[in-house]
Amino acid sequence: MATTALTPAATGARAGLYDWLTTTDHKKIGILYLVNSLLMFFVGGVLALVVRAQLAVPALVHYGFAAPGFKIVDEAFYNQAFTIHASLMLFLFIIPILAGFGNYIVPLMIGAPDMAFPRINALSFWMLPLAGLLIMTGFLVGGAAAAGWTSYSPLAQAKYSGTGEDLWIVGVILIGTSSILGSINFLVTIFKMRAPGMTMFRMPIMVWTMLVTSTLVLMATPVLTSALIMLFIDRNYGGHFFNPATGGSAILWQNVFWFYSHPAVYIMVLPAMGIVSEILPVFSRKPLFGYKAFVFATAAIGALGFSVWAHHMFTTGQVALGFFSFMTFLIAIPTGVKMFNWTATMYRGQLSFATPMLFALGFLTMFLIGGINGAFSAAVPVDFALHDTYWVVAHLHYVLFGGSVFGVFAGIYYWFPKMFGRKLGEGLGKIQFVIMFIGFNLTFFPMHILGLDGMPRRIANYSPDAGWSDLNMLATIGGFTIAMSMLPFLWNVFTTLRNGEPAGDDPWEGNTLEWATSSPPPPYNFDRLPEIRSERPVFDARHGLVGGGH
Amino acid sequence: MTAGSTAIVAHAEVGHAREGGISNVILGMLLFITSEIMFFAGLFAAYFSLRASAPAWPPAGFEGKLVWLPTAEHIIPVVTIATILLVTSSWTCQVGVWGIRRGDHTALVRGIGVTVVLGSIFLLMQAYDYTVLYSEEVRLDAGVFGTTYYTLTGFHGAHVLGGVVMLSVVLYRAMAGQFTKDHHDMVEATSIYWHFVDIVWILLFSTLYIIPNVR
Repeated sequence: MATTALTPAATGARAGLYDWLTTTDHKKIGILYLVNSLLMFFVGGVLALVVRAQLAVPALVHYGFAAPGFKIVDEAFYNQAFTIHASLMLFLFIIPILAGFGNYIVPLMIGAPDMAFPRINALSFWMLPLAGLLIMTGFLVGGAAAAGWTSYSPLAQAKYSGTGEDLWIVGVILIGTSSILGSINFLVTIFKMRAPGMTMFRMPIMVWTMLVTSTLVLMATPVLTSALIMLFIDRNYGGHFFNPATGGSAILWQNVFWFYSHPAVYIMVLPAMGIVSEILPVFSRKPLFGYKAFVFATAAIGALGFSVWAHHMFTTGQVALGFFSFMTFLIAIPTGVKMFNWTATMYRGQLSFATPMLFALGFLTMFLIGGINGAFSAAVPVDFALHDTYWVVAHLHYVLFGGSVFGVFAGIYYWFPKMFGRKLGEGLGKIQFVIMFIGFNLTFFPMHILGLDGMPRRIANYSPDAGWSDLNMLATIGGFTIAMSMLPFLWNVFTTLRNGEPAGDDPWEGNTLEWATSSPPPPYNFDRLPEIRSERPVFDARHGLVGGGH
Repeated sequence: MTAGSTAIVAHAEVGHAREGGISNVILGMLLFITSEIMFFAGLFAAYFSLRASAPAWPPAGFEGKLVWLPTAEHIIPVVTIATILLVTSSWTCQVGVWGIRRGDHTALVRGIGVTVVLGSIFLLMQAYDYTVLYSEEVRLDAGVFGTTYYTLTGFHGAHVLGGVVMLSVVLYRAMAGQFTKDHHDMVEATSIYWHFVDIVWILLFSTLYIIPNVR
């Protein structure tokens, strides 16, 4: 019969490195995304340590441990360090690692054999290491981009920024193109490749968050591309877009940049919310509370996300303060709905505290703080006082690190058994969580107070007598503590891959379809699918609520 | 059914889960065009924002450079002719699509062939127009007027070039007989892209040439 062409044997047997370089299997590409993103996380993390080390120097001078004038890096390199730190963390770690989870898990969750466009999927991935190399090449050609990840004009113009800035622009355009192609792939996969019975309102929340995220990428990222192209024309071909002296507008850059970059913060957190929404029900032994409310809240966050970009620009005096402030507060409502749903999911559940659950709880608590301190800056008068201070640094790290990165590690611990067939060690996992949780709060909580004290962000130095020494010292100790928390993680991955505990197909007693296939799944994903009659088909099959599958 | 074939059949069902409805390729193209709309929206936003804050538009020294009706200086309005050709090419492209929907290969090859020729002529005329404007000191670095003009029309031109390349591939495959009445997603998707490029040009032509000249 005609279907024999699709038998497992026909998928071909390419081995080793060549296989990884040429693969179009969404699972392998997903793992490539994860590995590449974690490498970028490492480089970005080292740069963060450079920043933190330099900021400890005035404190050391204050305590008398260092001579005045001592510095670990000069100001020029400091600017490159925080610029490339942010660029790598946002563009090459958080966004791609979440896309990597999506890549691996979305086709499995909807019972599809692969993404809709497997070769475009491979193309999307391979643009990322190239972009990372381009951005980091700046260090070798007279200095990487140093205008901050926001690249405001005139700082980003040719007069003040060298070749590194051009490399950065090209790199970010490549990353954007990769994201756009990826988002098209996700949307077509989700709309067209669902297994029989997998209606839209039976899709796991993770798939919904990838759907909304992909829509945001599709609509917002091209605007960043247009902004970057305009900046490139200004810098290299004598353009006048962002030069007020010749009829351009520096504020125009901020508008087009934030029109992308605010939706981008939801691109950076919605899939992490999806991961957490998969983990909480499994470790509470209850279905997610308010599934439909959660879906609509996700869509609402996505839609509202397009109407709040100018809250990054309150102090320019060029934006409708009342409107953007109101819309920003409005986003707290769907976010609050989600918080309520997560809490209600755990309420009276049979809770167990395996490592994925711990990281998910870390996400919940830290993201809550990030939401609350964000709401402060949504108020215009407060924002005027806090704009560009360390308060903002505290806020963005509570949502992006306390939120997204904890979500990422929750996902790694949760799906590692599916990806590699072995369970990461629980002991090392818990040690990592505790060190990371303490280090994170040690680093970023003091920044609230530093911000209220008026310490501006993006400075390499401050007066040893400014009164900021103790808290900066604390933050630096915290930063190195976070770095230490990666050691048990790496050791855990290393030992587990060598001789970890075999996981079996369904180690957590999961709800969603990825647990219905083997660990790791075969190239074509499923030999058979359970009948899909709810958003928890594997739960239904385990408890005999549906037939045995087909 | 034997036990041994169950896996194969189940897998085949998974692989062909969704029959009917819009095809993956066409949906993918529509989504890609959505992203393109947002890309051009960014450029248009920059244009309108800069134009709104300019004291006069066209700025002093650039009056009468972009014309769509014959003037004493520009007896033949090249851009208007190019516009007519591009709009016509959308029609010829669609004639090709209608052809293959009937299974008419000749109509497909003719329609797409003429479209490729018209698209190429448009690009040549745009290049000629650039040389004329450059000789009249309308340059990329000549203030926001020149910067926005060349960025908007240049990126549109790049999209036309992309469209011509895609249409050429369609033409090659059509001549090789690779499309049928039931299997011609690429033809449909490429034609949608070509119409999109055409619509962007109509917006650009209206914005850059017609509206500033309406008094």
